[in-house]
Amino acid sequence: MTEVMATTTETTVTDNTSKNDDTPTLSVIVEFTGGLEMLFSDQRRHVLSIPTTDKSGKPVTVAYLIEYLCENTMRDTRKELFILDDHLRPGILVLINDADWELEGEETYEIQNGDNILFVSTLHGG
Amino acid sequence: MDPITGKIERLKAQISETEVELQQLKAQLARLEALLSLPSPSSEAQANDQPTESSRKWTWPLEEEEYTRYGRQLILPSVGIRGQLRLKSAAILVVGAGGLGCPAAAYLAGAGVGTLGVVDGDTVELSNLHRQIAHNTARVGIKKADSLIQYCRGLNPEVRYVGYGEHLTPQNAQDVVSAYDVVLDCTDHPTSRYLISDICVLLGKPLVSASALRTDGQLIVLNNPPATQGSADGGPCYRCVFPKPPPADSVVSCGEGGILGPVVGVMGVLQALESIKLLAAGTGKENYQGPGEPLTPSLLLFSAYSPTPFRSIKMRGRRSNCFACSASSMLTLKELKTGSLDYVQFCGVTTPINILQPGERVSATDYKSILASGINRGSLLLDVREKEHFDIAKIPGAINIPFSTFQTKSRSTSNGYSAHLEWLPEDVSSDTPIYVVCRVGNDSQLVAKKLKDLGLDRHGERFIGDIKGGMKAWKLEVNQTMPFT
Repeated sequence: MTEVMATTTETTVTDNTSKNDDTPTLSVIVEFTGGLEMLFSDQRRHVLSIPTTDKSGKPVTVAYLIEYLCENTMRDTRKELFILDDHLRPGILVLINDADWELEGEETYEIQNGDNILFVSTLHGG
Repeated sequence: MDPITGKIERLKAQISETEVELQQLKAQLARLEALLSLPSPSSEAQANDQPTESSRKWTWPLEEEEYTRYGRQLILPSVGIRGQLRLKSAAILVVGAGGLGCPAAAYLAGAGVGTLGVVDGDTVELSNLHRQIAHNTARVGIKKADSLIQYCRGLNPEVRYVGYGEHLTPQNAQDVVSAYDVVLDCTDHPTSRYLISDICVLLGKPLVSASALRTDGQLIVLNNPPATQGSADGGPCYRCVFPKPPPADSVVSCGEGGILGPVVGVMGVLQALESIKLLAAGTGKENYQGPGEPLTPSLLLFSAYSPTPFRSIKMRGRRSNCFACSASSMLTLKELKTGSLDYVQFCGVTTPINILQPGERVSATDYKSILASGINRGSLLLDVREKEHFDIAKIPGAINIPFSTFQTKSRSTSNGYSAHLEWLPEDVSSDTPIYVVCRVGNDSQLVAKKLKDLGLDRHGERFIGDIKGGMKAWKLEVNQTMPFT
């Protein structure tokens, strides 16, 4: 929660895409690094309000978030640089609250209010 | 200063620099020769032969000079005399003598590792020097491995240096890597990163891996501890973290994406630090006790322009079905050597784009004639490189609409086309030919095709095409005095 509070003093993109005010929402901080920010308006940090449940009423997961980001947050048409064959493109790491998402159940992880989700593109230069 | 005068000045400076170095070497030689001829030798080996001189015998484990040279790190609890002796008995391999390898090797040489191997098949280029700090202007054109060793030898002649002026390959990997205790991946491509990880798994070497691009860097210590294939005690390998390589066209090199010198420098310095930590603690040696706390693999992310530049991420352990380090792995030294693993194919190859018809492409020379003849007076030249490139040099009259602009979703679906065409100057008539130019002639084709798809060519009434080979060709064929980035 302190993370969320702190963001008010930082330059971030806050997005209120939830159309219906009655829909309960979760607040998540989504960050991009390693060049992925270029697909998201060159902004590394986004504070998003996303629905708490998907269309079938189940709690939203990281898989839902990835799709949500493509539909609502990405301003670039090159979706294939983020999603390939319905999954995150190889070479992108997902970190949930500073831990590898593989420690948290990967795509099935259910997002909690205040979560920090970081997408990192691997670098190869040297 | 014109280029020739500049070169003369540089050569003069280099000659005097080399003369100083020569004098120092001669002095060093004279000192050593004097020691040999002295009746009372100071080295341990000689003292043993002459027990009568035992009062002068140096009985300490490091050489006399080494206590001075390494004194500042010797007194640290994390190093100490035991750590220093471990460093001295260690052999460490730096693969890649570029932006990471230069600072990494320099600090390892300074710290007094026993043997330092450097692998790189490339030669020094002028565009390397802003970040590859061990090379210098006078050494442009020589092998990077030799140049880096020359630098390190100047820093610390006590280290044994081994240069490999070729790239690491599946065929030579075993011979090169087996002689070392720790490996540093300072290379710049996924193909070499997978190969280095595989050979480190097979030979049981911890791997300190780093990478950098633009203003970001990443660091991870892999295969640490370096347990055998299938052992759950071992740390994850590169394939555990990245089982699938990224698509080849998403891989951006420093040449294409740019790199800030200190960013890659920070990452190389951190590689040296992690290696010193491993070696001084005795990793890979007998009686290894570990660093005292359980090893949780972590990935360090560095973002120079972030309010929190350093961020450490907890990583997974070994992958139970890993291609390289799991119990089910089929990877063997023999497999590797016989070339049954094609790393280039595994990581994929980018193919040059060729989507325009020959009639839709003009050479740089032809475009110059078109400009000069005025046939296409009022033609529009779109330069689709990013703004930074355009600001450095451009063809007169070109307007800059960066490639990424064309990738942006239209804000309103009801008004889709116009959002793409906001950049189009209003006074351009609908039959004005449009030429597109980019850096080397790939993006320009994509944009020309996109403009046609949007209907801008009015079913062939208006010419839309690109300049073949981009600004690179323009420099080569038309204007050699233009900077190319």
